[in-house]
Amino acid sequence: MKKHFKMVDLDCANCAAKMEAAIKKINGVNDAAVSFMAQKLTVDADDSRFDEIMQEIVRVCKRVEPDCAIKL
Amino acid sequence: MLTRILVSAVLFALSFLLPLSGVFRLFYFITVYAVVGWDVLWRAARNIAHGQVFDENFLMALATIGAFVLGEFPEAVEVMLFYQIGELFQSYAVGKSRQSITALMDIRPDYANIERDGALEQVDPDEVAVGDIIVIKAGEKIPLDGVIIEGSSSLDTAALTGESLPREVAAGDDVISGCINQSGLLRVRVSKEFGESTVSKILDLVENSSSKKARAENFITKFARYYTPVVVIGAVLLALLPPLLLGGSWNTWIERALIFLVISCPCALVISIPLSFFGGIGGASKAGILVKGSNYLEALSETEIVVFDKTGTLTKGVFQVTAVHPDTLPESRLLELAALAESFSDHPISRSLRQAYGKPIDSSRVSDVEELSGHGVQARVDGLLICAGNGKLMDRTGVQWHDCHLTGTVVHIAVDGCYGGHIVISDTVKPDAAGAIAALKQMGIRQTVMLTGDARAVAEQTAGQLGLDSFHAGLLPADKVARVEELLEQKSAKGKLAFVGDGINDAPVLSRADIGIAMGGLGSDAAIEAADIVLMDDQPSKIASAMRISKKTLRIVKQNIVFSLGVKGLILLLGAVGLASMQAAIFADVGVMILAVLNASRALKTEAA
Repeated sequence: MKKHFKMVDLDCANCAAKMEAAIKKINGVNDAAVSFMAQKLTVDADDSRFDEIMQEIVRVCKRVEPDCAIKL
Repeated sequence: MLTRILVSAVLFALSFLLPLSGVFRLFYFITVYAVVGWDVLWRAARNIAHGQVFDENFLMALATIGAFVLGEFPEAVEVMLFYQIGELFQSYAVGKSRQSITALMDIRPDYANIERDGALEQVDPDEVAVGDIIVIKAGEKIPLDGVIIEGSSSLDTAALTGESLPREVAAGDDVISGCINQSGLLRVRVSKEFGESTVSKILDLVENSSSKKARAENFITKFARYYTPVVVIGAVLLALLPPLLLGGSWNTWIERALIFLVISCPCALVISIPLSFFGGIGGASKAGILVKGSNYLEALSETEIVVFDKTGTLTKGVFQVTAVHPDTLPESRLLELAALAESFSDHPISRSLRQAYGKPIDSSRVSDVEELSGHGVQARVDGLLICAGNGKLMDRTGVQWHDCHLTGTVVHIAVDGCYGGHIVISDTVKPDAAGAIAALKQMGIRQTVMLTGDARAVAEQTAGQLGLDSFHAGLLPADKVARVEELLEQKSAKGKLAFVGDGINDAPVLSRADIGIAMGGLGSDAAIEAADIVLMDDQPSKIASAMRISKKTLRIVKQNIVFSLGVKGLILLLGAVGLASMQAAIFADVGVMILAVLNASRALKTEAA
């Protein structure tokens, strides 16, 4: 399932890149893209575990840029 | 943030005038440093606690604290000050870019006037259902896709197509959301709900377009991941090895290591590349060209072969009278007789004759109408016996006729048993089609090819008219795919093949090509779905514009990459041998970033349409 999420306070382009790389490594994520310019997160992951994966993604993002939040 | 920068800048400037020495000097600079840089230190500490050590906050903190330790107080403050200026500028530039895209996309309608029980109610466009009647007053934005049931007006489609010329509409015409109703009141029956409307689709498309990354973007991201650790390790080696192995002074080498640290941030690259592509896509949308991803914009700049569909793409797809060849009668008379004779028929040919005639049909002049299927029409017009139809009709009535040298559908006219002449009806090429092909050739496109299911003679004429390199006619959809495959073999490894079609029956070819370009047709859903790039106003000349935009964007991207890497590399080298100062390092970091961002924002500016 592919879903788009808006991100808030994504200020660092490098952080966006780091987040994208980290999210792609999460088990169950088929593909992910973080667009720094549009402040958007696109995730393609297993339908069955989607919510669980999203929680993991939020954790990962907070670690890279604590100020940034994902609008779930 | 700005105040902090200004305050510390003033204090910093003052430091040159005030008589500072010793501990007092240290405290003065520490204060100025704290004013401008406390948040960097705080973020560095916090991120380390989270396990994120190597980020720009840490590197800047390390570099500046290191400078303090070495006794270089002004340099430390300078680095932090300029770093913060750079960050502020970066936020500003990104903010402005995002804002301008949002403004561009201000096509979202806020309300709809729905007709309920005879009264007008203002509601959210979401609440309107298919089949509801909405009213759009002059000056208002059309909130939903639909069909005009009453009223006529002119529409401003600039927000969607970039076209400055208004589009005339009347009862029976389709209208799409996002256009502005200029002059008249329109009553429209809604055909699609808001989520499915053209406006929603376009907004979705543009918003998500930056998720499909170009090769250049991915390269930069990968590069940045290695760049920082490599430079930091280099800094550490630079600080430790020469003093330990060669007996150099610690101070000198640590200072050089600090210079490395200042340049270790790949900010300039990581920010300017996406910004350029974002600007390019935004600039294209302003011109009515929707690009679904940065990768398509990149691919477009590498196009070598462009393949066109004929009907609906290069031609209008509508039949019109293109020539009137009377034998003896004046042209207008022949047309008049033909139009009147055919006035009772609803055949597309009859319609185009009536349209060409232009004047209102006085049906009292027409009598004894007989439709002869497969042949044509026979009627009495102004007392004269008119036969209008194909060669078979002429043969049947025993009239000597001759064919036309032009291709298309020919309607022969006989007046009271004598041959009057013939009228040619055909599909017309779009007025800008020839110019579009010429422009593409000028841009260096190696091959322009046309594929069509139409007859060979018509295809040949069209191809010649437009100056196409080659064409293939009489093709079935499957044949079109096969031809495209053949052409794909002919291009170079890096070159791309673009296919331009009107979407409806071209889906397989659009997906086979490297880049699928569809005529948006002011609402063709199939086109918007299947293609990678959508031309909102169906004009082939926009293809050349799109290519120009893509080439410009890629040029800017390459300029930024070469410039940023070049300057950083150079200063790193100079810094290692002691020929570059902290100031040079600051320029290599902040200065380069500002220049790269300014250059990137050029991508947003489109040429005049």
